[in-house]
Amino acid sequence: MSIVELGGDLREKVDARRDLAAPLLAVEDLHTQFNTSRGVVRAVEGVSFTVNPGEIVAIVGESGSGKSVTALSIMRLLPRLTGKIPKGKITFDGRSLLDLSDEEMREIRGREISMIFQEPMTSLNPLLTIGLQIKEPLQIHLGMSDEQAQARAIELLTLVGIPDPAGRLDQYPHQFSGGMRQRVMIAIGLACNPKLIIADEPTTALDVTIQAQILELMKNLSRKLNIALIVITHNLGVVARYADRVIVMYAARVAEQGPAEAVFHKPRHPYSMGLLRSVPRLDRPRGAKLETIEGLPPNLASPPPGCRFAPRCPYRIPICDQEPPLFATDTGGQSRCHRHAEIAAGAINWAAAPGVGENRVTDMAAPVLSVRNLSKNFMVAGGLRRGTTTVRAVQDVSFNIHRGETLGLVGESGCGKTTVGRLILDLEEPTAGDIEFEGQNLATASAAQIKAMRRKMQVIFQDPYSSLNPRMTVGQIIAEPLQVYKIVERRKVQPRVAELLENVGLRPEMAERYPHQLSGGQRQRVGIARALAMEPSFIVCDEAVSALDVSIQGQIINLLEDLQRKFKLAFLFIAHDLAVVRHISARVVVMYFGRVMEIADRDAIYREPLHPYTRVLLDAAPVPDPTVEKQREPRLIKGELPSHMAPPSGCVFNTRCPMASQECREIVPPLEEKRPGHFAACIKV
Amino acid sequence: MLRYTINRVLLAIPTLFGVAVLVFFLLRVVPGDIVEIKLRGDGGSVTQETIELERKRLGLDRPLAVQFGEWMVNMAKFDFGTSMWTERPVITEIAIRLELSLQVAIMATIIAVLLAIPMGTMAALFRDTWIDYLVRVLTIGGLSIPSFWFGMLIMLALLSFFNWLPPITFTPIYVDPIANLQQLIWPALAVGYRYCAVVARMIRSSLLEVLNEDYIRTARAKGVYERLVISRHALRNALLPAITVIGLEFTFLIGGLVVTEQVFNLNGIGQLFVQSVSRNDFTLIQGMVMLIAAFYVFVNLAIDLLYAVFDPRIRYGK
Repeated sequence: MSIVELGGDLREKVDARRDLAAPLLAVEDLHTQFNTSRGVVRAVEGVSFTVNPGEIVAIVGESGSGKSVTALSIMRLLPRLTGKIPKGKITFDGRSLLDLSDEEMREIRGREISMIFQEPMTSLNPLLTIGLQIKEPLQIHLGMSDEQAQARAIELLTLVGIPDPAGRLDQYPHQFSGGMRQRVMIAIGLACNPKLIIADEPTTALDVTIQAQILELMKNLSRKLNIALIVITHNLGVVARYADRVIVMYAARVAEQGPAEAVFHKPRHPYSMGLLRSVPRLDRPRGAKLETIEGLPPNLASPPPGCRFAPRCPYRIPICDQEPPLFATDTGGQSRCHRHAEIAAGAINWAAAPGVGENRVTDMAAPVLSVRNLSKNFMVAGGLRRGTTTVRAVQDVSFNIHRGETLGLVGESGCGKTTVGRLILDLEEPTAGDIEFEGQNLATASAAQIKAMRRKMQVIFQDPYSSLNPRMTVGQIIAEPLQVYKIVERRKVQPRVAELLENVGLRPEMAERYPHQLSGGQRQRVGIARALAMEPSFIVCDEAVSALDVSIQGQIINLLEDLQRKFKLAFLFIAHDLAVVRHISARVVVMYFGRVMEIADRDAIYREPLHPYTRVLLDAAPVPDPTVEKQREPRLIKGELPSHMAPPSGCVFNTRCPMASQECREIVPPLEEKRPGHFAACIKV
Repeated sequence: MLRYTINRVLLAIPTLFGVAVLVFFLLRVVPGDIVEIKLRGDGGSVTQETIELERKRLGLDRPLAVQFGEWMVNMAKFDFGTSMWTERPVITEIAIRLELSLQVAIMATIIAVLLAIPMGTMAALFRDTWIDYLVRVLTIGGLSIPSFWFGMLIMLALLSFFNWLPPITFTPIYVDPIANLQQLIWPALAVGYRYCAVVARMIRSSLLEVLNEDYIRTARAKGVYERLVISRHALRNALLPAITVIGLEFTFLIGGLVVTEQVFNLNGIGQLFVQSVSRNDFTLIQGMVMLIAAFYVFVNLAIDLLYAVFDPRIRYGK
């Protein structure tokens, strides 16, 4: 019997008796801890929830909140030597998972519960064919012969939308794109027709358009095949698109749980309220300032007594020093807040301030940075058998950035946005085109002029973990440029470091610490302080907030905006997150496959996007509102990014464009001013 | 793949030419003269005239550039000349010894790999248990005990426990395999221990790394038998870096067993090296250096090709 036939009307029957049936999975009072060199870390404490057959449950939380550990505990895949479950009960389909032998548990994994992981790039074995990796669970659990497994593998690949499945079975993971690998992971997860799939950040590593494809696929398969789904994510938009029920975790505990609509529209815990208000949103006007939750999550090796969220909560009262139990709420969920009733009564409302749509006036005089017809080609050596190929990473890119302005540069991976940043910073030599910084052409500048320019142009990188030298203290890291460029006198270095730390919202004592002693957000602040030390007029922010949690991300964005106002800085803000770019930018450049698709004022581009690619991007990004998400039928963009080895002719977007015609395959559309100040490269608008 | 191989073989030519220049001129810089050692070596009185004549006969009186050019031209024809001391062709001199050295090297490799894979794997799987500690003690021993001394211990043990010593004369394996093995198994064991220690440690650390990879977690999440997780998913990936170590150790064994050969009284490449250096036998030293350099180059090529066989990412390009 094929799994496709299994779906169909079965779904309705299950819907009808869902409330009567026992839950498929029941987690009761789960405690998980890790024995580390720094003591026992209680990663999960007293977590309880249930999942019904065919239901989609989302677990949301920031990094370190215990959501992935919960999933690994259910699968019993915790690290063997350090991970322990001292207390709790996990019942799956009538069986207590924690009491099973290793062999019995192995029979359940992949057969009845399967798991999809975050990193499609590293989650498949690079030395084995895709076919073997899909067939493995079929042969082990269902005892299929090689031919049966082969036929089933082809069926599975078809189901997850991989073209030419028979031919691709013999290929290896590195021959698939990230999105395709995630489809393969889903095929492996579906292989034995499990009752439950746990997906741990299944789309976090993927581009927006591919994310939308994968989300739709998983949702449809779950509905069609009646598979219960636990989705673990930090992305509230993903939750809104998917979930029937939401569990919000904070610092190893469940903060709130309930039906998705209730949690999003009527949150009954200050943390959920805070999270919802701090996400930059595409569907609402931009507020003057991004709302944030101040402070940091607690260290789980020595958590504070009482309510875990109290230190960051603006509504904290004396009773919060006592541990709150999970209270039943008026919305049919549970909240771990003493004041949930007051929240329900409307006495406490921590929502985002209404947007004012403020647009800073920028000094439109001479631009700080002017980029004209910039192109960059890379020579790429093929594998063992091919010669070299020219990859056009950036083609004909032009834009200006004015003093005190933020220009957003958005696009998916491989669109050339990072290369543009590197070209501006003079880290790469442009193949063609000009870059002028403060009226000085980079190509004709002398070495001394370049050195002076370098000082005025700074960069903040994505990864705050690897871009700070681990053997230098924060003070040394910030002082280094001051000394190298002799910006201040030797005796004034320390006071200046303290001043810079204060500028980025860190205490001066932080100068003594080493990077590994800081949190991700603090490290990013150090990176900003280092950039500021040079007294720049222009900073390239390359995915500067992408690696941070939502509440921290808001803090950093606000900091960048404050600094911009204070020091009249110009930013080139490179990012893939449309909502973040919208929040921070005055103007936005959309890139695709090395070319500029559209340039316009932020409000114009988000309200009335002209280029079909921009429209597709905006459509694909999920919005953290379940009502909106469930009503709209996302227009899915077909296909994947074309290969740089075989670029499409004509308009680079024609292979995926819903409006493409023969003409588009022939003409490279020029970037034209379609409306005042609004440029788009498309012949159809 | 074929084009890549051809490219690499062609690249070997400039490498080997560099080696040839170095060895040829460095040898001439070193003081000492073969003719004097040969004729006056045992204290005999020989006239300067005789020495000049002998020089002339060996062609050592001609300008260096001419000598070098001639050597290059001959080598291109695979003619390595004759030993200045024994007057036999260099090829013949090397061939006799190479047979023995190669056999010891191959046997040591087999012993080392057969022991190292289970040792390294068990140590990684039972990390921080007594199995791991035992393997770590054994491998530290292998790294720190010199092979020749371990060889002496083996000989001593054979003599005192079995009152038996391995035969001294070399019998090729195709003539009498038993006699051959009786002689060569012991030196192979002596050098194989160190070799095994190096490889086992490499496998242990790379397996520990691989076991933390995401795809191992994926395999476990699929419900794959733990046995299969290790053998199919983990070990294959972990063995890749070990291939490099195995190859490099192997080339070392071809030319580097000077003292161990002494201990077992083997007439191998190492002995020939020492002998020809002390005699200043230019042609023979040159021939041997070129041989060993060529060995290095081709073993490295073989390693890279093996990588391509095991790793599809290299085979098909990124």
